[in-house]
Amino acid sequence: MGLLDTLLGRTKPVPPNLDQLFALPGALLTLEAATDFRPTGTGSVCFRAAEGRAFADIEKDVTDLLNMGKDAAPVQVVTDSYQFTWVVVRHSADDPEGLVTDLHAVNSSLESAGFGPQLLCTIVACKDTGGRSLGLVYLYKRGTFYPFAPLSGERRDNALELQMRSTLADDLKVESDLGRWMPIWGAPGM
Amino acid sequence: MARTRYASDPGLIARMGATMFLLGLVFVGFGAGLAFLILYYSHGKSGGNVSDSGLIIFAAIIGIGSALATYYWSDKIALNTARARVVSPNDSPEAARLHAIVDRLCAMANMPKPRVAIAPTQMPNAFATGRSSKVAVVCATEGLLAKLEDNNELEGVLAHEMSHVAHKDVAVMTVASLLGVIAALMVRFAFYSELFGGRGRNNNSQAALLIIPIMVLSVVVYAISFLLIRMLSRYRELSADRSGALLTGQPSALASALVKVTGDMGRIPTRDLRAAEPLNAFFFAPAIARRGQQSMSTLFSTHPSLERRLAELQKVAKQLNRQ
Repeated sequence: MGLLDTLLGRTKPVPPNLDQLFALPGALLTLEAATDFRPTGTGSVCFRAAEGRAFADIEKDVTDLLNMGKDAAPVQVVTDSYQFTWVVVRHSADDPEGLVTDLHAVNSSLESAGFGPQLLCTIVACKDTGGRSLGLVYLYKRGTFYPFAPLSGERRDNALELQMRSTLADDLKVESDLGRWMPIWGAPGM
Repeated sequence: MARTRYASDPGLIARMGATMFLLGLVFVGFGAGLAFLILYYSHGKSGGNVSDSGLIIFAAIIGIGSALATYYWSDKIALNTARARVVSPNDSPEAARLHAIVDRLCAMANMPKPRVAIAPTQMPNAFATGRSSKVAVVCATEGLLAKLEDNNELEGVLAHEMSHVAHKDVAVMTVASLLGVIAALMVRFAFYSELFGGRGRNNNSQAALLIIPIMVLSVVVYAISFLLIRMLSRYRELSADRSGALLTGQPSALASALVKVTGDMGRIPTRDLRAAEPLNAFFFAPAIARRGQQSMSTLFSTHPSLERRLAELQKVAKQLNRQ
């Protein structure tokens, strides 16, 4: 926000950066090679629903679009306790490109309808043979990723997350400010 | 197309800009008036001018100094005044709830996360302050957390407060108030200097007279700047309302929170209209205000009326809803 905008109280809502999402399939391959973590095939887009008819229509259009031509599980729309909406997409585990394409479709529909600033994050779920969960979270407003490893009882496996940071540093733009690694408890698919 | 939903309100921007311009004009006018008076009265005289310009400089130093101090330590001052304590997410369920909401707001606004504090008051209220993002703090009272059980509403209020930080309102209002502070100090110093120094000026009656026009000028400046500053404050509040509503995408939640917090429910009268009617003539602002009438109290208030705020939020809702 420029100085003039600040002084006049003209807030410009932050637009999302959508393109970095396509770095995910490469990163998932790296994960497969270097660790035990495999994608579960589930990914979700999180956004803050705006009130009004316009947004409700867009949401419906997006889910219809994704469900079209899908023989696998239909798209799920979930609202969490903080009134953020999650669109959960399920693909087969060996089709990360398809998953990312679908996630990108949700983003661009919202953006072309003028609701880009409502987007918050995207999370792609992975699991290892030991049953540990790892989510790759993409922050739209920053255009960066961070790993999220939840444990039971709202705790995080910080050591694992930091380890993943170094593993993924070559493929993904990892968020350098650790203060922005927001926990997402109860994210669908995790 | 993507820009139109979140477009700023040009009318509000214009009015705010005009108010700030007028304040600046008054500031310049004050300085020019002072300079003129000093030159006019000190023409050819000696002795008197030193203490008079000393008076002006002294007032300016104290005024600017106190403004800088309150600006620099605004976060500490606010926290101490409210007796608030900074909390971490593990402290209590309320703290966890507050932190989670602030987390999401910061992610949406791409703002660094401020410190989160809770004040022990039962009056529902919230504030955010701090001269920069590093020392910023957002605080909610226990009364607010209890009254707004709906996360949407609490989020709306916090988004409004965080918009104040983003708009650097602490700095803007400090600079704006500076003029009023200096003018008020000048009145006080001039008055006391006249009171105590008058005896020693028998020989310099011309110079002594300088005090009076300075006092008059200061009073006038103070009065005008007071009204302008209040007006600016109201526009900043509307601006923060708007930014907060656009950030969350839920103007109605903020509207509902405002209604709950300002206790409007309690103001709906129970007295029968027919009984109240004869008394209307004696009210300063009529009990049943005529449509569109600006009550006197609004001119002096730092916040716009609830009706005005709700109307503006309604406009935001319409803007978001545009197909």
